[in-house]
Amino acid sequence: MRRSVIGGAKRSSLFLLNQAHRSLLSPSPPPLHHHLGSSPSSSATALLLLLRRLSSSSASSPPPPNMSNPVTVQSINPKVLQCEYAVRGEIVNLAQRLQEELKANPGSLPFDEILYCNIGNPQSLGQLPITFFREVLALCDHPTILDKAETQGLFSADSIERAWQILDQIPGRATGAYSHSQGIKGLRDTIAAGIEARDGFPANPNDIFLTDGASPAVHMMMQLLISSEKDGILCPIPQYPLYSASIALHGGSLIPYYLDEETGWGLEVSELKKQLEEARSKGISVRALVVINPGNPTGQVLAEENQRDIVEFCKKEGLVLLADEVYQENIYVPEKKFHSFKKVARSMGYGDNDLCLVSFQSVSKGYHGECGKRGGYMEITGFSPEVREQIYKVASVNLCSNISGQILASLVMSPPKVGDESYESYSAEKDGILESLARRAKTLEDAFNSLEGITCNKAEGAMYLFPRIRLPEKAIKAAEAAKTAPDLFYCRHLLNATGVVVVPGSGFGQVRTCFKMLS
Amino acid sequence: MAPKGLDYELLNENVKKVQYAVRGELYLRASELQKEGKKIIFTNVGNPHALGQKPLTFPRQVVALCQAPFLLDDPNVGLMFPADAIARAKHYLSLTSGGLGAYSDSRGIPGVRKEVADFLLRRDGYPSDPELIFLTDGASKGVMQILSTIIRGPSDGILVPVPQYPLYSAAISLFGGTLVPYYLEETANWGLDVNDLRNAVSQAKSKGITVKAMVIINPGNPTGQCLSEANLSEILRFCYQEGLVLLGDEVYQQNIYQDERPFISSKKVLMDMGPPYSKEVQLVSFHTVSKGYWGECGQRGGYFEMTNIPSKTVDEIYKVASISLSPNVPAQIFMGLMVNPLKPGDISYEQFIRESKGVLESLRRRARIMTDGFNSCRNVVCNFTEGAMYSFPQIRLPPKAIEAAKSAGKVADVFYCLKLLEATGISTVPGSGFGQKEGVFHLRTTILPAEEDMPAIMESFKKFNDEFMEQYEDHKGYSRM
Repeated sequence: MRRSVIGGAKRSSLFLLNQAHRSLLSPSPPPLHHHLGSSPSSSATALLLLLRRLSSSSASSPPPPNMSNPVTVQSINPKVLQCEYAVRGEIVNLAQRLQEELKANPGSLPFDEILYCNIGNPQSLGQLPITFFREVLALCDHPTILDKAETQGLFSADSIERAWQILDQIPGRATGAYSHSQGIKGLRDTIAAGIEARDGFPANPNDIFLTDGASPAVHMMMQLLISSEKDGILCPIPQYPLYSASIALHGGSLIPYYLDEETGWGLEVSELKKQLEEARSKGISVRALVVINPGNPTGQVLAEENQRDIVEFCKKEGLVLLADEVYQENIYVPEKKFHSFKKVARSMGYGDNDLCLVSFQSVSKGYHGECGKRGGYMEITGFSPEVREQIYKVASVNLCSNISGQILASLVMSPPKVGDESYESYSAEKDGILESLARRAKTLEDAFNSLEGITCNKAEGAMYLFPRIRLPEKAIKAAEAAKTAPDLFYCRHLLNATGVVVVPGSGFGQVRTCFKMLS
Repeated sequence: MAPKGLDYELLNENVKKVQYAVRGELYLRASELQKEGKKIIFTNVGNPHALGQKPLTFPRQVVALCQAPFLLDDPNVGLMFPADAIARAKHYLSLTSGGLGAYSDSRGIPGVRKEVADFLLRRDGYPSDPELIFLTDGASKGVMQILSTIIRGPSDGILVPVPQYPLYSAAISLFGGTLVPYYLEETANWGLDVNDLRNAVSQAKSKGITVKAMVIINPGNPTGQCLSEANLSEILRFCYQEGLVLLGDEVYQQNIYQDERPFISSKKVLMDMGPPYSKEVQLVSFHTVSKGYWGECGQRGGYFEMTNIPSKTVDEIYKVASISLSPNVPAQIFMGLMVNPLKPGDISYEQFIRESKGVLESLRRRARIMTDGFNSCRNVVCNFTEGAMYSFPQIRLPPKAIEAAKSAGKVADVFYCLKLLEATGISTVPGSGFGQKEGVFHLRTTILPAEEDMPAIMESFKKFNDEFMEQYEDHKGYSRM
């Protein structure tokens, strides 16, 4: 399944990108668009208004049922209709059709392959998994071979030892059995120890819920927090659209707070305060604050001081802090470091009585990139026993998350150490991946900044670039005529010309008139 | 102190309403006792591997190879893995878009969905469209996805059998809908009467509820009954008349312990009925790798197949699936292996058949042992487990026992099951967790404990039960039946 070296592929597609980009721009220089200020993005406001309008109209009695078609779009849950998820939306459907066309008629399009840059899915683009992790997982999948002599020759000694250790933590060594609904206890112990080693503050295994990726954990929290559209959740704009989709699905209100592109996507507490107060004045009960650190799609890594301000803000306003920290191991600039919100809160002297905090982690990102495994966890602190009971209850309806993903989460939080047989090779693999990601971040950033009409902030972390495309008037008019958002219009052209799949910035929310794409 | 975001009072009320007894009070008490050192036999959930059933060898070999593809490059791999496992691993890896570690299509790997479609064609004799098959992280996730699409609010009703597997009641609570019960008749082998269905729907209508869907669990959980073809036709005709979407939970289709009523899928019956039914009735069917003779609960692998669902609705369901990106890839491979098993002549075929038959034949024997065992107990009456993995004996509690339960602040069957747990270590789920007629009590246990342990377990149960009945009976009669 090896693909060509990423760098090479990107270079040729950048060339095509350049060509496509030029063809879209008029010969005259693009007019400057003033974009910042206090006016909220049209798309985020529109979403909010739509939510409110639709939820108030649902108070009246539903339309008479269609006797022969109970499940039509007229009669399904309107919240399903309202939610959007651009990461796998229209552009991807179009890309898949083009891919089929390439298969059926090779050479019929101006490119040879579709390059999916819409989603953080590293192993689909040639990144290799960490060998040690896969050794342990394979042994846990088929423990019979642990007794065989040949196994010593095929697997590293420490992977065999780790597999035994893990199997001993599973009742009956049965990796095919439903586990405890929070996840296997021994694995939670390992993860808690990993969190403590990372932060310098203790973690309780009973605070940990292992889930099929971080996304289901986010859904669980939204379900708990949202009773109606009167419940608001503060979300960064731009944001990873899981949040807007989940809030819509659960019938709540997304309260946007705007990150400042001019200051490297900075997060100002004054902005948080402003949005909070505005929401409250409209009768919304704001329940939680979502912070994505490192940011998606923006890549910024918060400064510790910033984080302290955020913690103070949540404590003062009684908000649950939902800390999406899935990119904690993707940091590309030496001057920034990851500090978990738990660590920051604890180092301020704040404990369980001061702050409700949920931290989300995943096996899908970092250097491990194991998206397809669906592994992750949330660590919940500051919650009363009654609330924990409710969280446990909801988790138990699905019985448990997949065991292989649970094992992987524990490996990610406690990888090989100095002195372990696999440490050298593990380290080399990890560093190789992270260094390559850092190089690619820089290469792409520079390339975008060299293109006409495009500026791009540095990606300090995560896996994305979010360049700003200043589209000329003619392009915007053409988009309007095609009844398409201007950035989607641009991205479609890009796809048709080059085979590169990106997500239009409107999928993440953006300030009006500046259009982004996600790469 | 100022109210905080996750104060109990501010929680989503729908969450608070949810009940899921399978991992509720009894299970939590059993776990406590286990920590204190008591030996517990967990029969609260259909979790075969936890009770000693071994995984099938071949699928584990294939998935292990897929996890660690470097093995495939090693010249010695043939010493450890049979050639057909190696070939299959290569086959599945080629279907992925970057191995097990890449998100797949949100509906699941297209090649695996094609294998599911081929399986359905072989099983039912009717072609199946892979585009209408969605793989999910377990069948439960699929059920939740569909119910959340259907339910708009409290005036949407879902017909659910009583007794039922409480995923349905929990999901309906979570999504703010209304559960409309239809009672299965214990004395008629847990059969259902279409007139009861009709009454349930009109009663619901009179309360302003629009019934939108009907759930059937076939074979039943906890009741085990297998529906006949006539039954299924009746149900489908009813759904056609009332405009209901039929949700066919068929996860136990490979667990059949009698020969009078083999499994027949809702889809086959629907297609056999021909138009207008076959073209109009909306159907969603669910299956899993967790049951059958595979018992791979921990993998979280399942699928649903949609029939006669409008394409715009399918698009919406796809959209929601895409928010979770993709189901876990290893489980998708388990699903592929389950629907596309080994054939005579394959190297691993003999072993596979031996292992599979071993499990199924033992389950059949255990179904009999348990039913007979329960029927030999005082005040216990038990229908035969025709299918699935459970026994659901009726416990006729004497009035004094019911009073004692009340004094202890417990529902009567919870009281009984707690006493059973403390006396014997057998951890069951009280019938109230599944729903039952007023004043009639049951418990659900699985038929999964190892066959060699069964006689001792039944002995232990009988001793406890007969002593309990001795203690609480006043020799004047049983609890009201």
